Amino acid sequence: MGVSIRGGTPLRDEEFRAVIKEIDSPRARYSMAAGIAYSRFLEGLKRGEILGTYCPSCRLVHIPPKIYCPYCFKHLTRWVRASDEGRVVTAVVSYLSATLETLEKPEIIGIIRLDVPGHRFSSYRFPGILHRICGASEDDVKTQRIFDARVKARWLPEDKRTGSINDIECFEVIWG
Amino acid sequence: MPKIALVGMGYTGFTRSSEHLSFREMVYQAAVKAYNDAGGIDPRRDVDAFISCQEDFWEGVSISDEFAPDQLGGVLKPVYTVTGDGLHCVANAYMMIRSGVADIVVVESHGKPSEIISMSDIVWFSTDPIYVRPLKLPNPHALQALEARVYMRSRGLRREDLGLYVIQSLGNALLSDRAPYAAKLDLDGYLEAEYVVDPLTAYDIARYSDAAIVAVVASEEIARKLTDQPVWIDGVGWATEISTISMRSMEEDVATKLAARMAYDQANVKDPRREFDFAEVDERYSYKAIQAIEALGLARIDTVASDLRDGSFSRSGSLPVNPSGGALGEGVPLEAHGLARLLSAYEQLRGRAGRAQLSDAEKAVVHGWRGLGTSSSIVLVLSR
Repeated sequence: MGVSIRGGTPLRDEEFRAVIKEIDSPRARYSMAAGIAYSRFLEGLKRGEILGTYCPSCRLVHIPPKIYCPYCFKHLTRWVRASDEGRVVTAVVSYLSATLETLEKPEIIGIIRLDVPGHRFSSYRFPGILHRICGASEDDVKTQRIFDARVKARWLPEDKRTGSINDIECFEVIWG
Repeated sequence: MPKIALVGMGYTGFTRSSEHLSFREMVYQAAVKAYNDAGGIDPRRDVDAFISCQEDFWEGVSISDEFAPDQLGGVLKPVYTVTGDGLHCVANAYMMIRSGVADIVVVESHGKPSEIISMSDIVWFSTDPIYVRPLKLPNPHALQALEARVYMRSRGLRREDLGLYVIQSLGNALLSDRAPYAAKLDLDGYLEAEYVVDPLTAYDIARYSDAAIVAVVASEEIARKLTDQPVWIDGVGWATEISTISMRSMEEDVATKLAARMAYDQANVKDPRREFDFAEVDERYSYKAIQAIEALGLARIDTVASDLRDGSFSRSGSLPVNPSGGALGEGVPLEAHGLARLLSAYEQLRGRAGRAQLSDAEKAVVHGWRGLGTSSSIVLVLSR
């Protein structure tokens, strides 16, 4: 049996606003160390390279890299360079911002399964990277034509790179 | 009833900064050492569950729970996070094993305060948003200084007494390998220091350090297989006072007293002053350590001051407190601080405390507190 609420006088907007409140926001600033693995990854991006670490036990390439394999708990020391090309595993279009404002230009976000020369991966565990996808339309996403499409990193000009994931502007679809 | 033991511990850090390592890498290194110490266990095969003690605002990441498994070897295994001191995690591990849902549980806590740029804002953000935070006190340590004043007056403690405690603890820390703030201090030097908030000087307030600590907790059966030196957890207790700071008991640390009572009941401790060989207590503030000593039943209300002056809590006294130093010498790695106290006790009970080793170390009490403005306290009874 549900609880029913009847009667009463609903609060008007101005009455609601008149309630005493304290408005505050956290002043939270951090400077986070990237550490051994991510530092080398970010240095690589600056040079236009996508680097990962290879686990000889499960043969997975971790991108972004770690100095240990979370699946095998083995220490990882072998670095490999991934291609800056791969295939779209999944993609979506964002129309609204997190605060529900209509975006001027809808943005396509995707997960890209990167190619690593000389390595093969299963269809459910692979080096996957989250990024923006460009060179595709909303329709390409809606019709799911974008799934499995080939993409290639569009890099910022070398002098603009800072050692950040944003040194890659987006992954651009190469329509075959 | 079968017992529960600590079978391995490992740590990284206790440094003022740790720019070369991410928090993940620090925890990973501590975990590797802990698993090796626990007879070379493989977390993927041998560990049933993992618990991480952390707090989102210290991490700078919301829902930081999600970042707990990888570096412990806990992916796709039972993992959860407790927003509390590392010792709260040990209590949770204890409960999981006691209740039969796990035989080996890994506990982790870490802190990288060097990465928090707006530290005093984050600390102040923990106060009540309606009736305390808008006061914008110039220094949050005032909240503890108020308590220090009441406590000192009620127990007849003078500034020189706090100095005595500080000198003793920083001196003990000289015997430790993980105490960046260890120092040889004398009373004149202590008394010359400027007040931060009267009656507390910079010497009375622990500074920060970065560290990660991992502990392996196991059932008696497993513990005996993994090591011939298990450290038994005979009792755990915890309690938290009312959240209204201005209405708490300030003369007495009631939360610690109740936590101790809970742990002592389980461990059948009747006379804490005689039964324990040493104590590891939270000393984020000098006075707070003395208050904890009393609340743990290691000194009487009317004699705590004279016991301190007699050297009862020094390394050669009847009940050494923080014999290898505490927060004042080590710094506070946020929620990992309780595990730092546990680590010191673990090393003593295993006879591996190096230069800080006490000749008689069979039974200990370990105390934790969550720091400025909090009353959450936790107590463990350990034996070998």
